Amino acid sequence: MVGPGWTRRRAPPGAAPTMNCRAEVLEVSVEGRQVEEAMLAVLHTVLLHRSTGKFHYKKEGTYSIGTVGTQDVDCDFIDFAYVRVSSEELDRALRKAVGEFKDALRSSGSDGMGQISLEFYQKKKSRWPFSDECIPWELWTIKVNVVNLANEQERQICREKVGEKLCEKIINIVEVMNRHEYLPKMPTQSEVDNVFDTSLKDVQPYLYKISYQITDSLGTSVTTTMRRLIKDTLAL
Amino acid sequence: MLPYAMDTDLSSQDRKDLDKFIKFFALKTVQVIVQARLGEKICTRSSSSPTGSDWFNLAIKDIPEVTHEAKKALAGQLPAVGRSMCVEISLKTSEGDSMELEIWCLEMNEKCDKEIKVSYTVYNRLSLLLKSLLAITRVTPAYRLSRKQGHEYVILYRIYFGEVQLSGLGEGFQTVRVGTVGTPVGTITLSCAYRINLAFMSTRQFERTPPIMGIIIDHFVDRPYPSSSPMHPCNYRAGEDNGAVYPSVEDSQEVCTTSFSTSPPSQLLGPGKEGGVPPVPSQPAHGTQADQERMCTPLDGVHYSAATPSSSEDTETVSNSSEGKSGSPHDLLETIFIRKVGAFVNKPINQVNPPDSPETESPLQGSLHSEGSSGSSTGNTHDDFVMIDFKPAFSKDDILPMDLGTFYREFQNPPQLSSLSIDIGAQSMAEDLDSLPEKLAVHEKNVKEFDAFVETLQ
Repeated sequence: MVGPGWTRRRAPPGAAPTMNCRAEVLEVSVEGRQVEEAMLAVLHTVLLHRSTGKFHYKKEGTYSIGTVGTQDVDCDFIDFAYVRVSSEELDRALRKAVGEFKDALRSSGSDGMGQISLEFYQKKKSRWPFSDECIPWELWTIKVNVVNLANEQERQICREKVGEKLCEKIINIVEVMNRHEYLPKMPTQSEVDNVFDTSLKDVQPYLYKISYQITDSLGTSVTTTMRRLIKDTLAL
Repeated sequence: MLPYAMDTDLSSQDRKDLDKFIKFFALKTVQVIVQARLGEKICTRSSSSPTGSDWFNLAIKDIPEVTHEAKKALAGQLPAVGRSMCVEISLKTSEGDSMELEIWCLEMNEKCDKEIKVSYTVYNRLSLLLKSLLAITRVTPAYRLSRKQGHEYVILYRIYFGEVQLSGLGEGFQTVRVGTVGTPVGTITLSCAYRINLAFMSTRQFERTPPIMGIIIDHFVDRPYPSSSPMHPCNYRAGEDNGAVYPSVEDSQEVCTTSFSTSPPSQLLGPGKEGGVPPVPSQPAHGTQADQERMCTPLDGVHYSAATPSSSEDTETVSNSSEGKSGSPHDLLETIFIRKVGAFVNKPINQVNPPDSPETESPLQGSLHSEGSSGSSTGNTHDDFVMIDFKPAFSKDDILPMDLGTFYREFQNPPQLSSLSIDIGAQSMAEDLDSLPEKLAVHEKNVKEFDAFVETLQ
């Protein structure tokens, strides 16, 4: 009803477009020993764009931002190099997740297919006894198809081809980042842990979690493992 | 805290901030591109506490010579419609043939976003764009070429300002867009056009074989000489040094202005508010005025000046840094320059001794002295290529930083061991075999001594 006494209800400021989690899917075919480096390249490139320096809040609601350093990483099994954030903690966290994914792929059988997902989310605090809600706002999925190669020549070609493919993926990622679509609003000090992962000592990525799925050769999804890389995994 | 203007016109504070952001963004863009073509891995540290001197909250080192070249090309102007800042990356073989590989363009178009908050959103988006640039500079074909530069070829860069010239890239070049950022005065676009017919060539092919000559000649001949370009003087401005037109005072203040960015804005937030409020600025008031004056000055100014080493026209050289830099250290550095391999510049004008920049990278200091540094302002064709040193790992930044690098290169391809060549090897092996029984006999005699020695070890 519209008329005197009625006003249109507007979404409160800062609300995430709850139904609109941006989702991007990338696909790669790699040899078994290339899985780790390929995944790290993609995940690090995404996190490079989704990390800021550490916030330092001062009085009166102002804050200053630390500095993010970067470094080049050369791949050993792929003709490829990428840039990652200079943070050993972040690198370790990603390597751990990717290592698990790789092991799961390997143990699933020779025709490994699977996908690893990087999800950025915001926390919405609920009152006790309800647990906090996690509202995703961006989801990156990398579908991996592991191939087996017969000889050294094929492996060499694969090195180059996968390198070229990853170059395309990086360009795709940058394209998405450039759309300047929804990003969580910069939080106040009390809200910062609902938006950013403040547990690292040198950089501050948006809150994220990594999960993966393995598909066996029959095409069915065998395991879904959630790997939470944030502190407060224990609700209630 | 400054109030916003009530209407959507840009407040003067916002305008000043925006100009500063665009200027330093352009400088950082050049740094990222050139550093990505040096041929070595880049590594900078994250710092949780803001140092106040890192623009866009990113640790990007400033190679002083590169900043100098960029500022020289910009000559106090900012990218605007029709006036783009371009960084050209090319390859030059040891025989002197060269080929353009990429052109990175920082452009501005007319599409304005009046609603956007300058000090907050624009700044953060520029930071994101720099991160994208870091990523993209590693995926074009020239990156891998630049990592392997050394003996057979080197990678050069040239910065120019004005209209983009893509004709040197050959047919079928590809373009990748790094990103765009809308601002109230226009949309900034960063892109790269790159030659693709190198994508399938490995660096092995850059040897002294005919196919190489074929490829290079094909492009070399077509390459337009800068001096014949009718549109605008790009790399060297047809003789005059436009640095003369612009006041040097303003620039010298900004040389030290990695510290300007103590106002990379501390962002002000109220609870529940989005965005930020422009920070309290700390800029000299006349800086902006100088900016304005420069905007009105025509590019091909009527002022001609012969820039000599003794003149102070080189706006980058803060006076206190050029004292005491004469004599033997200079000569020493010149000698080092000749031995260097890497992207290089012939600097026709006076030497550039980087002023009090926080990280003095001495190999790069030395690299700027060209053979013809006696002060001719016209220079030669390859004016604006800067020599960037090859810095091997573990080499220290001292007066002779190149020793390790030179040693490395000289001994990169050592001759094969003579004992590994077949006939000599066979001979010595036969001799070894013959002498074995004698050696065994001797050792058996001394068995007791050996046993005693072994006892002492246990």
